[in-house]
Amino acid sequence: MFTIVRDLIRYNIEFAVGLFILLLLIAAVVLSFFSPYPAADIYVVPPDLPPDAEFWLGTTSRGQDTFWQLMIGLRNTLGFGVGVAFLSRILSLVVGLTAGYAGGRTDRVLMAINDSVMVIPQFPILVLFYFVLKDDMNWLMLVLILSALGWAYDARLIRSIAMSLRTRPFTTQSVYSGMSMRKILVEEHLPYVMPVVFATTMNNMIWSIGMEITLSVLGFTDVDTPTMGQMIYWANSHSALISGIWWWVAAPVGAIVILFIGLFLLSMSMNEYIDPRSRLNRMGV
Amino acid sequence: MPTAVLQTPPAPAAAEPVLVVDRLRAYYRTHAFGLDRDIRAVDDISLTVAPGEVYGIAGESSSGKTTLIKTIVGAIRPPLAVVGGSVRFRFGGEIRDIYALTPAELQTIRWRHLSCILQGSMNVLNPVRQIRHSFQDFAFPHMGLKPAAFWQAVRAHLARLDLDPAVLDSYPHQLSGGMRQRTTIALATVCTPEFIVADEPTTALDVIVQRDVLTMLRDIQRRLGSSFLFVTHDMSVHATVSDRVGIVYAGRLVEEAETPTLFRGALHPYTQHLVASLPRIGDTTRRASLPGRPPSLADPPSGCRFHPRCPLAMDVCREKVPALVEAAPRHRVACFAVSGAPS
Amino acid sequence: MTAYLIFISRRFGQLLLVVFLGISATFFITHMTPVDPVAESITAITNFGKADPEAILLMRKTLTELYGLQGNLFEQYLQFWSRLARGDLGPSLSAFPTPVSQIILRALPWTVGLMISATLISFLLGNTLGALAGYYRNSRLLKLAGLALIGLQPIPYYILAFILLILFGYVWPVLPITGGYEMNADTSFSLTLVLDILRHSILPAMALVMVGAGSWLTGMRALTSNIVTEDYVTFAELGGVGSTRILRSYVVRNALVPQLTGLAMSLGAIFNGTVITEIVFGYPGIGSLLISAVHAGDYSLVLGLASLSIVGVAIAVFLIDILSPLLDPRMKAE
Ligand SMILES: Nc1ncnc2c1ncn2[C@@H]1O[C@H](COP(=O)(O)OP(=O)(O)OP(=O)(O)O)[C@@H](O)[C@H]1O
Ligand code: SF4
Ligand SMILES: [Mg+2]
Repeated sequence: MFTIVRDLIRYNIEFAVGLFILLLLIAAVVLSFFSPYPAADIYVVPPDLPPDAEFWLGTTSRGQDTFWQLMIGLRNTLGFGVGVAFLSRILSLVVGLTAGYAGGRTDRVLMAINDSVMVIPQFPILVLFYFVLKDDMNWLMLVLILSALGWAYDARLIRSIAMSLRTRPFTTQSVYSGMSMRKILVEEHLPYVMPVVFATTMNNMIWSIGMEITLSVLGFTDVDTPTMGQMIYWANSHSALISGIWWWVAAPVGAIVILFIGLFLLSMSMNEYIDPRSRLNRMGV
Repeated sequence: MPTAVLQTPPAPAAAEPVLVVDRLRAYYRTHAFGLDRDIRAVDDISLTVAPGEVYGIAGESSSGKTTLIKTIVGAIRPPLAVVGGSVRFRFGGEIRDIYALTPAELQTIRWRHLSCILQGSMNVLNPVRQIRHSFQDFAFPHMGLKPAAFWQAVRAHLARLDLDPAVLDSYPHQLSGGMRQRTTIALATVCTPEFIVADEPTTALDVIVQRDVLTMLRDIQRRLGSSFLFVTHDMSVHATVSDRVGIVYAGRLVEEAETPTLFRGALHPYTQHLVASLPRIGDTTRRASLPGRPPSLADPPSGCRFHPRCPLAMDVCREKVPALVEAAPRHRVACFAVSGAPS
Repeated sequence: MTAYLIFISRRFGQLLLVVFLGISATFFITHMTPVDPVAESITAITNFGKADPEAILLMRKTLTELYGLQGNLFEQYLQFWSRLARGDLGPSLSAFPTPVSQIILRALPWTVGLMISATLISFLLGNTLGALAGYYRNSRLLKLAGLALIGLQPIPYYILAFILLILFGYVWPVLPITGGYEMNADTSFSLTLVLDILRHSILPAMALVMVGAGSWLTGMRALTSNIVTEDYVTFAELGGVGSTRILRSYVVRNALVPQLTGLAMSLGAIFNGTVITEIVFGYPGIGSLLISAVHAGDYSLVLGLASLSIVGVAIAVFLIDILSPLLDPRMKAE
């Protein structure tokens, strides 16, 4: 494990940059716990100050320190992404492994459902959810809903791996030695699909955080858990751009772009690590 | 065009060679995570092919036959790299050095003068287009005919090879393996090239179809008078098809002679083994198989690459590389047991 | 031919399943909530100040009917379907009594137009660049173009659109940043109107293309660098077939089928992107309509838009899916 990471850092610049960004983000999360102001409090500092030595990223029209808002927002946003990724990974593992291992009718039924979930446009459904739930639409609820929508792509991927594992001798051996299907899947097959699960985690986070940001900016989420999207929402509702408080918008937008590029680089380099063909390409050049 | 073919006179044996391969070396070079590796699949091979001659190349799997072919026809894509040597064809009295030509010049030679039938011919036809498109793409630019005359020539060529012209309107997956291979051969010969390279053209086919395809190839060769470079690991095929045979072992040419000489009086221990292991009618004794495994081309044995498996190996074989020398007229061999150890 | 018909019917079955699952989801989302939607909606609408008692009564009746609050859950569910099948989505609540279908129909061409043109542009652009980059692997220029597009690809639609809005709205205001056409334009058909509509579509389309093209590029580049090692490409090169022809008829032609499948699979995501981009630029399509419906508490419109999106995308996916075998003769035979 350690040598893999070391080799990746040394020979894969995408991975190195992605990892660096990830470490920055983790630092931000840690830092957020030392914020001098509670996240939701307003008018704790003078409003509308441009960036300077005291307020690195200026202050907002709501009298909040942009820097600390950003750190807390990053924490919540990342937490959101991790939560959705975790739950939806479980779903895609269950569906993918079962379909791939069981095959036949089970596989066909599961994949038909899988493909349906894949093409159903999620945004209108999410808006509909917000519309009926209104104030009950909290952070946790959104995690659950997005997890329920975001597993299909990866389940298909995991299924294809499971299908190839099914024909390997060790599977047959386990079957003859009387292991249950659940045991075979968890103890024998899971380790093989873990690398793919990690790689898809990044993509899933890109997707779920993107959705969360979009919904927050539109004001369709819980206002009590400040996230990156919510920062933009408040900035927009105070017409920050028109009144020239550009840092209020620039800080979250910049952070989001960096966050996404970091996640994307990680997912790209992991995919490359997993797919021997592209790895060979890199070696061959 | 086809009528011109029939008038081609058979070439005299002593004419200038149509192909000269000189000290050719081609490696697969990979560098992965800081580790460099060379697979020396073609290592210092020299040979010539005369006009109208069928030159056979034999050798076990992974000995570098296909790589040699790729290098000769200029199909070089990384990680394969030509490390040294040259390949020169003589077409219409003009010498063409394959590695000195620009891509555009190379393109003018292909199919008109030099065509090939690749190993794994099952997948050489574009799966999503009808076969007529392949003829159009490969042959039309080289034949200088009006479309109507071109298609007439193609149909005539197919008919001569006992192929139903309806194959033109089929997709590759609609044809059987044998049909596909015969179609590929028709495609490779429709422009009446002077030099045709065939890499294991019959290997994937069942025995009956194999014979059909071989007969077809021989007929074409007789009619066109082209030179053939014919690769197969199957010695019995060489016995019926090739005029001369070169034996490749671990990326090197170890023996070369006219076919009857090679089968009756092989000098190299490896060739002797190959010839001895041919099945003979009425012979029921079990043949001894060669001990040991084929060598790794990434890290080949020192000296003579055959020495770990050679029953005659001497000390010198482990240290020095035997040169390919003429042991008899038109019979070259690379073995210290034949040519004597160097002083 | 019969194989193709079987293929089509199987795809059609999948289409029905998507519609069934999607619509059922919307039904249960709206019926399983603890909130009383009728009361909520009435409050929302009366907050708008249109407190005509007769209209409210009518609304309550329509709403109750819409929510299918008569009968048990199963009866409500059946009723929901039968209404949908008739295309009757009820009257809009915020623009009472205009039928929802009529309002959606007005917005639909904007979304469909934007989505088709942006998808077409990004598909063609990404695939062309990707094929070139995969085939001419040493070109610096192509590498650079690839890097730029791939870097944009992970950025959420909303954020990229927002950045464009800032750039072209405040930093360098040369393009219209909101609406589908000039506010007080003469809406009778004329060249100026067409040009105006085109000008307004530039930024939304640009945002969609910038996010979308990268993934086509990466996909196509990977496919191309695999396909160039296929025997039929090597053979064509040895056959002296020109490189343009090889790229077009051998490489791209073979890569097109998987890319089309990819298009079908990502259509839902592309639709999301279109809707979200519309919202940023106030483009008068489904997206903006959806947001204003939410703000106006127009239940029937939100429900109608969600259902229609599901059905529309599913049909589009179906159409693209059944196209693939026409490009790959092997699929037709299977
Ligand atoms: N693309 C490649 N990259 C790296 N090594 C390769 C590549 N292609 C072939 N090789 C290696 O080069 C050596 C020679 O292979 P080649 O295909 O020329 O053998 P061959 O004699 O044609 O065998 P066969 O009879 O099985 O066709 C083998 O060791 C093979 O593993
Ligand atoms: S050179 Fe030596 S090892 Fe090589 S074949 Fe001759 S005798 Fe055997
Ligand atoms: Mg070979």
